[in-house]
Amino acid sequence: MSDSARDVFIVNESRRRFLEGMGGLALAIYAGAARADKGWAALGKADTKAIAPASFEPNAFVRIASDNTVTVVSKHLEMGQGTYTGLATLLAEELDADWDQVRVEGAPADVARYKNTLLGLQATGGSTAMANSYEQMRSAGAVARAMLVAAAAQEWKVSADSIAVDRGWLYAKGHKASFGQLAAKAAQQPVPNNVALKNPKDFKLIGKSELHRKDYADKTDGTAVFTQDYKLPHMLVAVVAHPKRFGAVPKTVNADKARAVPNVAAVVQFSGDNRTRFSGIAVLARNTWAARSGRDALEIDWDESQAFKLGSAEILAQYKDMAGRAGLVACKEGDTEAAFAARHARLIEAEYELPYLAHAPMEPMNCLVQLREGGCEIWNGEQFQTGDQNAIAAMLKVPANNVALHQLYAGGSFGRRANPSSDYLLEAVSIALAAWDKGVRAPIKLMWTREEDTRGGYYRPAFYHKAKLALDGDGKLVAWQHHVVAQSIIKGTPFESFAIKNGIDGLSVEGLADMAYEVPNLRVELSTPDNIRVPVLSWRSVGHSSNAFVSEGLVDEAAAAAGKDPYQYRRDMLSKAPRLKGVLELAATKAGWGQPLKPGAAGEKRGRGIAVHEAFNTYVAQLAEVTVKSDGSFKVDRVVCAVDCGLAINPDVIVAQMQGGIGFGLAAALHGAITLKDGVVEQSNFHEYIPLRINEMPVVDVHIVPSAEKPTGVGETAVPLIAPAVVNALYNATGKRIRKLPIANQLSA
Amino acid sequence: MIQLSINGKVHSYDDVDPSMPLLWFLRDIANLTGAKYGCGMALCGACTVHLDGQAVRSCVMPVAAAVGKKVTTVEGVVDDDVGHAVQAAWQKLDVVQCGYCQPGQIMSATALLHTNKNPSDAAIDAAMAGNVCRCGTYMRIRAAIHEAANTLSARGRS
Repeated sequence: MSDSARDVFIVNESRRRFLEGMGGLALAIYAGAARADKGWAALGKADTKAIAPASFEPNAFVRIASDNTVTVVSKHLEMGQGTYTGLATLLAEELDADWDQVRVEGAPADVARYKNTLLGLQATGGSTAMANSYEQMRSAGAVARAMLVAAAAQEWKVSADSIAVDRGWLYAKGHKASFGQLAAKAAQQPVPNNVALKNPKDFKLIGKSELHRKDYADKTDGTAVFTQDYKLPHMLVAVVAHPKRFGAVPKTVNADKARAVPNVAAVVQFSGDNRTRFSGIAVLARNTWAARSGRDALEIDWDESQAFKLGSAEILAQYKDMAGRAGLVACKEGDTEAAFAARHARLIEAEYELPYLAHAPMEPMNCLVQLREGGCEIWNGEQFQTGDQNAIAAMLKVPANNVALHQLYAGGSFGRRANPSSDYLLEAVSIALAAWDKGVRAPIKLMWTREEDTRGGYYRPAFYHKAKLALDGDGKLVAWQHHVVAQSIIKGTPFESFAIKNGIDGLSVEGLADMAYEVPNLRVELSTPDNIRVPVLSWRSVGHSSNAFVSEGLVDEAAAAAGKDPYQYRRDMLSKAPRLKGVLELAATKAGWGQPLKPGAAGEKRGRGIAVHEAFNTYVAQLAEVTVKSDGSFKVDRVVCAVDCGLAINPDVIVAQMQGGIGFGLAAALHGAITLKDGVVEQSNFHEYIPLRINEMPVVDVHIVPSAEKPTGVGETAVPLIAPAVVNALYNATGKRIRKLPIANQLSA
Repeated sequence: MIQLSINGKVHSYDDVDPSMPLLWFLRDIANLTGAKYGCGMALCGACTVHLDGQAVRSCVMPVAAAVGKKVTTVEGVVDDDVGHAVQAAWQKLDVVQCGYCQPGQIMSATALLHTNKNPSDAAIDAAMAGNVCRCGTYMRIRAAIHEAANTLSARGRS
């Protein structure tokens, strides 16, 4: 069968699910398909219709329907971190809604309405969701409440002052009405400019542990909709073949066997740009298995003349060489040269190595695209709306507003879905464009297999650190010289011009160049290689994921060299950092640092280690307890974690993020490594890129510092500390210092 | 034609490749998207469903192997007393984060509690080690399995 005969789908059915889910948005419905040779932009007229708005929609963040449902619109992606719950808590608090009447939906791409006020564009990242929304979402709720009150006052002919609001109901003497009953009237009230927010002592929802997450039910009964699950009529699934090496392109392709697979509709070639995304071949089919089978049947000869061919060993050798030369100075305090030249009692020289890491969310990258005249619609777990919208608009040569992005749950991200290069989205659009040229009008869902996800690049950069520390006769840390070598995650992206200052990507040295420890002579240098074409990206906790491991390892080494208690040693250097000192003391107290650890069984060694760090304006300390067996295998038994994130909006979500962040960080500490050989990524699936499993999960005790400070983020800050806490505990147990991640079998080797 | 019993109902489907993994049959043909694709190699457990009450990895099982057996997915497990208790415990303890692996976790936990009414932490770790959660919800998974076991045992006594 020829492609053109069966590939042209006319999408003219009602997309009720879309309409219901995204009420108020206009959408295009196709009356017919035009000739393929005209190109997608030259097509006939789209029929546009809109549905009626909800009964009361006072602002971009809330709708109240006559059925009493309060819908909170989340400008941030829910990828597990609990942001839907947090934003709903803020809004419902000031609205005085009943928690059970509140539901949450994801906002579409619309930077004018849904900008992240800290980042200046619509994006979820940097642990900023609560920090940038704290007043915005509360104000949105307070405005809605004021309009409901005004409606009731008008209806009942009473003064607004005499009306009370509690859990979704309005009361005045002799009167009672629900939000839903007053919604239509509230919609006719003027929107107030200034509304007073509650005094925190009057909070009923904020700070309460007993609130359930807003996604707790649909994520346990199978009804939660991820991109993986979203379907449109006539949708085709695209499974792709990528080259093994970054920068390779297809030379010859034989797709005969792929086309012969039943239910395969088309095979298309798409072009990357040889730097930020792959070139490859996509097999489009009516179901995933057919697409996958077709992909596996492709015969492709790749042109690797422009491909990246270095391996991890060569990259490390280059980084070591770079660390031996002068770097750019990221931080200079005091005079390290003079300090090292002067008399000092002890010198520590150390090298630390960290590998590339994949994000490996449980849901591999995917994206659903429906091209239409002059634009497209995208369904995705969308973490970076503004960047993706602009990148897709540029590819389609249309205004950004013609690219509609619909938000779905993300099955994890850990930073992977916020890519300044928009890699997998542009791949999906490229495939849809190539398919359009072959007459395919159907929506297309790109689905990466686990193997594409693991080998798809955009890793946490590999880091090499070279450091020299001097201690005086009292063991005090008097000089610290440090050289970081790592690829920049910003260089070459649209954000380079304002994120890189004097050649220095601050994300490469964060947590080091601005360390809180009082070290009188500190010099941090950075070298950024520009010849390594392994795509890199922010990975949960970004530069801290590397730098806290190294700084907390080195401080532990200094304490050991000084013969000091590692807790007291840190504490003594934090006199000007009260919140860090606070979490350090809390973790140590709760873990019983002063008392000896319970000994292990015969032949077992036990140990504990501590680490403390600030990231994203949140302060965390972790104390890990380990048991090491005689063969060098070990288990992390317990982690005590103290966190100061300002006002705790959802204490149970904070606890969950500390527990989960420790699990995620521990996976990387124990096992995580993406390695290359001759440019080929050596890992493909979970047997090679090894996740943490339940039997390796320690007991985690979380303690939240009570605080009235402004809330800060908790999605990332637990991650960077578990590796140093565990490595320091292993040193405490065995006397062996580990300076390279993952720990893997270094104790038994 | 393939005839399958899914969540207590028998369905017939034409033109199905019998070698298609059960996972893709459930998701793409039967429109039951609760079971998830995570690895395609039985390494992560996101695709776990029950076949005659046994937890199986549907991503590596051909749909033909399910013919004549009872398939239960997360959408249907609520009709099972144990499955219902497990889901209720998951909700009570707010286990989920991203939620993508949780249908598979719930199916494995339900199968465990069918064979071991009061599992220890070690038994839970052994039975659940095939289910990966990248968000690291493992502590709450352990606690929720104990919670469900307690609920079921209290119900048995009353």
